[in-house]
Amino acid sequence: MSEKNHLELVADVLVIGGGPAGTWAALTAAEQGVKVVLVDKGYCGTSGATAPSGTSVLYVNPEPNLREQARSAREVLGGNLADYEWGHRVIDRTYENINRLADLGYPFPAVYEGYAYRSQLQGPEYMRLMRKLVKKAGVRILDHSPALELLVDEHGVGGARGIQTQKNKEWKIKAGAVVIASGGCAFLSKALGCNVLTGDGLLLAVESGAELSGMEFSNHYSLALAGSSVTKGRFFSYANFYYGDGTIIEGAGSQRGRSVVAKTLINQPVYARLDRVEEYMKSWMYKAQPNFFTAFHRRGIDPFRDLFPVTLRLEGTVRGTGGIHITDESCGTKVPGLYAAGDAATRELLCGGFTGGGSYNAAWAISSGHWAGEGAAAYSKSLGSHSTKRQLRGASRTVEQTNQVQSHEVVKAVQNEILPLDKNLFKTKEKLNTSLAQLDKVWNSIQQGISGTGHTEYIQHLRARESAAMTATARWMYTTALNREETRGMHKRVDYPELDTTTPLHRLITSGLNDITVRKEYVSQKKVGATR
Amino acid sequence: MIEVISKERCISCNLCVSVCPTNVFDRVKGGGIPVIARVDDCQTCFMCETYCPTDALYVAPEIDELTGVTESELDTRFFGEYRRQVFKHDKA
Repeated sequence: MSEKNHLELVADVLVIGGGPAGTWAALTAAEQGVKVVLVDKGYCGTSGATAPSGTSVLYVNPEPNLREQARSAREVLGGNLADYEWGHRVIDRTYENINRLADLGYPFPAVYEGYAYRSQLQGPEYMRLMRKLVKKAGVRILDHSPALELLVDEHGVGGARGIQTQKNKEWKIKAGAVVIASGGCAFLSKALGCNVLTGDGLLLAVESGAELSGMEFSNHYSLALAGSSVTKGRFFSYANFYYGDGTIIEGAGSQRGRSVVAKTLINQPVYARLDRVEEYMKSWMYKAQPNFFTAFHRRGIDPFRDLFPVTLRLEGTVRGTGGIHITDESCGTKVPGLYAAGDAATRELLCGGFTGGGSYNAAWAISSGHWAGEGAAAYSKSLGSHSTKRQLRGASRTVEQTNQVQSHEVVKAVQNEILPLDKNLFKTKEKLNTSLAQLDKVWNSIQQGISGTGHTEYIQHLRARESAAMTATARWMYTTALNREETRGMHKRVDYPELDTTTPLHRLITSGLNDITVRKEYVSQKKVGATR
Repeated sequence: MIEVISKERCISCNLCVSVCPTNVFDRVKGGGIPVIARVDDCQTCFMCETYCPTDALYVAPEIDELTGVTESELDTRFFGEYRRQVFKHDKA
């Protein structure tokens, strides 16, 4: 690092990522009276999957049967891997924080008959407010400032190092604790808001010794108008699906009929039309999710009247479940000083092996962000004055070198294995092994040295890191998928199409960079729900 | 992808340069309206359009190819339409 370009800061808590999880983490940490810095790869307020979207949120009034119904609604879909206690604590926490958000100025609709309707958030409004609240709480925000590696010593994580892409500067932040809230990995599929989500946080975590969980459940695809980014699948529940000749595709649907859509799409185009919408529903639909209609409107398509082509766009671990393994109730990880929240963390505790969909995912971001911020602040306080005296080194092993493999080639090679529906959705041992052979080759070439493609030196560093993170994430996903020889949640094995009822219920915990290890963590029968 | 910055409407505040999460725009040295420098990095998230204080931006819904649409061909109702839907509490 050259001295003149060096921004050096000391904080109690460093939050990496400025989406919902990161901003809740920063806000909660700052309210504990500690010094917080938040870095975002893009711009805190617009970055990530939530900001450009409308999202529902799991806001459930505190009535025991309503709460239990909400908790258990997706238990079977999730392959019974969700945790009873965590389900309830997420619903409790989300209720409290959403009420706070209303008090702090989010324009929820008025209260009707004693009930507040607070289960819908508009992403732009929500994230603009979160940025404002975070700043007001005294958090320093660095935009366009991706983290490239964590700083560690023998006691754990003590900060991070990165770059400021618009200022052409480098930064180094020492912190008592670090929260990774940098989102999941959608492999640059251009799903709405997801191109900043390249698995960077997962790589940071594993390099410092953390583990991952639920990586076999990382293959979520969303329905979208073909050629558009708007992956908001909710209204497709009102659609019928058609072949090119206008005949209906039997069994196709947005939920359970998703596989039929996927299988058809492998060989031919699929069309849809929102046939099952009554006139009176339309105004509500426009209000709930205006972005869904924007792409149609601009193309001159009336989705209620016209057949339109659809695609399934990969959202990977963003709506999938896999992420950094959480080891305690404060969203801590195996590594002291390192916390994880939102899509970067595993969502298995809340959702098991199924996608959380909007509402569960939004609730998870809020709750896990809150707990991670609180936990990181408490940990940092417990270190006292020692925290600034640590001798830290970088944990990254990405070797940058020109004339070696180029980042755009790496991206293409990884996408070839990860985006196709027939490889990632309908998995077999043979297909997984073939893909892993390719991905291992890519990973090995990165270890020889990678050169980023970009218009400045700093963007080149970033692209090199992103492509390494995507490669690593792809290898963790497929290696873990190979180790689950059954079909459960969103993990479909064509060669093992049934639930394995003989092996005790377990989650798969994945770690390692060059050599990947997958171990079983058995789920205690008492801790899963009563309805199984 | 982002295709149009209206010369009529843009006030060169460069807010789009700051808020674009994928760093698509560049400021112009010495002032003037920003440029769409890296359209390939555009993820079609509509955030620049949403934040633009003068409704000067238009994001075409196509993610893979440019439509080539120009300011003069655009129906003026598209400018700011989406912002008004998502930021309901701003003044129009």
